[in-house]
Amino acid sequence: MTLPFAIIAGLTVGSAIAAMSLRNMVHCALSLVLTFAGLAGLYLQLNAEFVGFTQILVYVGAVSILIVFAILLTRSTEPKDEPATVTPWVGISVAVAAFLTMALAVLASPIGKRLAAPASEVSVKTLGQKLMTDYVLPLEVMALLLTAAMLGAVIIAMKDKEGSR
Amino acid sequence: MTPLSGYLLVSALLFCIGLAGALTRRNAIMVLLGIELMLNAANLNFIAFWRFSENPETMTGLTFALFSIAIAAAEAAVGLALIITIYRHFRTANVDKVEDMKG
Repeated sequence: MTLPFAIIAGLTVGSAIAAMSLRNMVHCALSLVLTFAGLAGLYLQLNAEFVGFTQILVYVGAVSILIVFAILLTRSTEPKDEPATVTPWVGISVAVAAFLTMALAVLASPIGKRLAAPASEVSVKTLGQKLMTDYVLPLEVMALLLTAAMLGAVIIAMKDKEGSR
Repeated sequence: MTPLSGYLLVSALLFCIGLAGALTRRNAIMVLLGIELMLNAANLNFIAFWRFSENPETMTGLTFALFSIAIAAAEAAVGLALIITIYRHFRTANVDKVEDMKG
């Protein structure tokens, strides 16, 4: 295990824990941005530069802004002393059990000890060519999905016209 | 070099943190954030398995992660729009208090 990996992984996991456990939701969103940035760092370590920068653009840039806007728009009138979680021990024990299962499987598997082959150079050009040839159908379906999601989000969140309710 | 299991363990940890958040938090936005975290953990798995695979030049893991990021973004947009509509209707984003359809 190398030092850069340990630092990035610790930062990512720590900020993820903060994002899921803090009381103030704006703080949660900001720690989640740190988690997304740490994941982008892990992608860069894995020689996936393009996916890393996509992660920064989409998550750190767009999704986090969306989340902050949603938090501010739903700033609720609920009493402050209400607990932020419900039956926390059930959920946490389920999550710990899931983690133990996965960790045992990972540590027992022979693939886990595999070391990376010498860094293969993946240029954005070859990735783009793949996207436009082998993966052109998923790409088009995704474009359709994004258009539908954008229209759907606008229509769902649109204010009702006066008198329609 | 970090072996594959290092990345897989980080990914499993992130997934379980997201799962715990989605199961325990009462605010719908926090539930959505937990789901986003779980999706990101899956993406890390795709990238790690691609990097450590026998023939990384096929780039299946990379493209899958790219598509997954795009779909997660669409999901976040629609999910947050739904939460804003629910908030407008019920004046709360607390998932325990939205129980009109409870049997």
